[in-house]
Amino acid sequence: MNIDALLLARIQFAFTISFHIIFPAITIGLASYLAVLEGFWLKTRNPVYRDLYHFWIKIFSVNFGMGVVSGLVMAYQFGTNWSQFSAFAGSVTGPLLAYEVLTAFFLEAGFLGVMLFGWNRVGPGLHFFSTIMVAVGTLISSTWIIASNSWMQTPQGFEIIDGRVVPTDWLAVIFNPSFPYRLVHMVLAAFLATALIVGASAAWHFLRGNRSVAVKKMFAMAMGMLLLVAPIQAFVGDAHGLNTLQHQPAKIAAIEGHWENTPGEGVPLVVFGWPDMKAETNRFAFEIPHLGSLVLTHSWDGQFKPLKEFAPEDRPYVPIVFWSFRVMVGLGLLMIALALWAAWARWRGTLYESRRLHKVALVMGPAGLVAILAGWFTTETGRQPWVVYNVMRTADAVSPHGAFEVGLALVLFIVVYFAVFGAGIGYILKLIAKGPHPFEPPLPPPDEKVSAGVATSSRPLSAAITDRNVHFGD
Amino acid sequence: MGIDLPLLWALIILFGVFMYVVMDGFDLGIGILFPFFPDRTDRDVMMNTVAPVWDGNETWLVLGGAGLMAAFPMAYAAILDAFMLPLVFMLLGLVFRGVAFEFRFKASDQSRHLWDKAFILGSLCAAFFQGVTLGAYIDGLPMLNRNYVGGPFEWLTPFTAFTGVGVVAAYALLGCTWLIFKTEGPLQDRMRHVARPLIWVVLAVIGAISLWTPLAHPDIAHRWFSLPNLFYFAPVPLLVLLVTFSLIKRVGREAHAGPFVLTLCLVFLGYSGLGISVWPHILPPDITIWQAAAPPQSQGFALVGALLIIPLILMYTAWSYYVFRGKVRAGDGYH
Repeated sequence: MNIDALLLARIQFAFTISFHIIFPAITIGLASYLAVLEGFWLKTRNPVYRDLYHFWIKIFSVNFGMGVVSGLVMAYQFGTNWSQFSAFAGSVTGPLLAYEVLTAFFLEAGFLGVMLFGWNRVGPGLHFFSTIMVAVGTLISSTWIIASNSWMQTPQGFEIIDGRVVPTDWLAVIFNPSFPYRLVHMVLAAFLATALIVGASAAWHFLRGNRSVAVKKMFAMAMGMLLLVAPIQAFVGDAHGLNTLQHQPAKIAAIEGHWENTPGEGVPLVVFGWPDMKAETNRFAFEIPHLGSLVLTHSWDGQFKPLKEFAPEDRPYVPIVFWSFRVMVGLGLLMIALALWAAWARWRGTLYESRRLHKVALVMGPAGLVAILAGWFTTETGRQPWVVYNVMRTADAVSPHGAFEVGLALVLFIVVYFAVFGAGIGYILKLIAKGPHPFEPPLPPPDEKVSAGVATSSRPLSAAITDRNVHFGD
Repeated sequence: MGIDLPLLWALIILFGVFMYVVMDGFDLGIGILFPFFPDRTDRDVMMNTVAPVWDGNETWLVLGGAGLMAAFPMAYAAILDAFMLPLVFMLLGLVFRGVAFEFRFKASDQSRHLWDKAFILGSLCAAFFQGVTLGAYIDGLPMLNRNYVGGPFEWLTPFTAFTGVGVVAAYALLGCTWLIFKTEGPLQDRMRHVARPLIWVVLAVIGAISLWTPLAHPDIAHRWFSLPNLFYFAPVPLLVLLVTFSLIKRVGREAHAGPFVLTLCLVFLGYSGLGISVWPHILPPDITIWQAAAPPQSQGFALVGALLIIPLILMYTAWSYYVFRGKVRAGDGYH
């Protein structure tokens, strides 16, 4: 194994997983949003909810397709690039992934067809049930994959026998110390990212002069969601940080850019700076005294383990951890600010009028996704040099491939992902630009389109469709 | 002791892979047949026969991978190591194929042909490299101390290229008979015409692999042709012939679901033939399912879920097929 192939394998994993996480994040958020919209439609019979459902489900379906195909790649990449990890720890991560497939992927896939194409084929109750099953599936899926990732961060419930992991207590494996924090943090992040996208879509239509009831409704729902979730997320994030301090102190030291303790003094908070790994210090640092102690130990002079107390080969690459964390937190604070501004505007009655608010909401559209990526960069880079924290090093986890094969695969992935998912994101933006419209049920096929031999037999079905539409109360 | 966990897991994975082969087989087959049906309306109909179910079909492949990692991590690591490149090509093919379902209906009239091509090439590529991987798997993996020690291009041989083509033909036949089942009128008639030569090709492929593998691998020859095995296994080739000829007879007539069911039988027979050749090795030619098994704590934990949940999955999957039952017609526009 040479170092080049290791680096290429790491780049490939980072690249494919970064692309992938965008789609499930939106899937998680939109699936729940669609369930809420359909529930409101069935309860109130207010057509605005039905129209919004049919608008967002188109975006959902394109996004879901991209999530499926990019996720399929991930399920195999554990083996193609990290076979030593899989051989060593597959006895833990394998069953967790198997449960994810069994309880979540099949559930989503099984009900997705009815959700996407079954509006006229099943009754409204059964359709609503399908939407809920898909939404539940996305949450179950998050639970298993986060359990697996968290076990790699804070492993427990196992022994190592003959050089392989043997699980001894599955509850301890699943409910490992960082799992609850990471799960809540990620699901809320998915909701936030989706709310920001929905809000930005509405804002874009406002700025273009589209002030339909549906656009107003989705802006109000998005900003309401933001106000509800963004502050909770800040609280959860803080708790997650304290948990990390307890279980992965090197990661926290890297996040804080904290190189050494001065006896008897509190730890400052480094707001900005450039961590220099060689000199073991921060260049151009701007610090606030004692704030680091306050945030992490909730005391004026509290101290926590600095980077210098870890051997250099046990430290993560500090600049990425340090900066991606700041990007995430900064965006989170902006989200709270946007939510408060929108709440104030609503109270003043200018929620649908303020162009400045709409412009900011538009710019903040991708902020949730960027924050998710930054957060994952923090936690995954912060786990290094370990693939399973303090148990297996990343360098020992890689498959014994040459640089050529790994490089070839990497180039192919980069080209294909940019082409395919670039096009897909383009289609999503095009769909969003069309805006919500009053839902028109699909008309029975006009006879001239149907070839002569089929025309007679197709009529009963057309009639059935027409009947169903009446039944749906359109 | 008591329950033979590795045996149960091997059966579950064999079942999952078989489900994948037949279900995504007809999805991929539709993509392989696309070039022969250039008309846009025909293509819409063909695609719509699977649009609501393709994602579930593909999920069986994820179950195969995840089940292998859970129950036989050593085999998962070795197989994915050995076949990294063909599997990456297969995955990229599936990426193009999968997004084409959505993108094709969202694209403008000018750019739709691009996603038609992505659908065709993606399906072909995925099917071909699945066949290549299958062939290379039968050929065996050189192992040392629980690690794969062959080269990165070990999978590239005339035999694997042949099995690649074989799987493409088998999937095309699955897709073709599925479409006979799900369409009607002129499109169905044309499918009947395409089916006939495909059946002969598939029979030839099965025959060639049946001769090639025992000639190349004395172990496999011994498995099939020693006594009394010969008597136990003789029904497999005989049934293949029987099914093929009844398929030939029925495909041109009024039958709708019949040819598809017969093709499923044919694929099942071919699959069990390969199973007979390889069993009980999970890493041919030497490593058995018991040697590659994960610790019982892992296999047992995952087994509980598999046995409880797979029946549920089969039930709601069947329900989903039931909701979208019947012939698909032009203008049924799911999109």
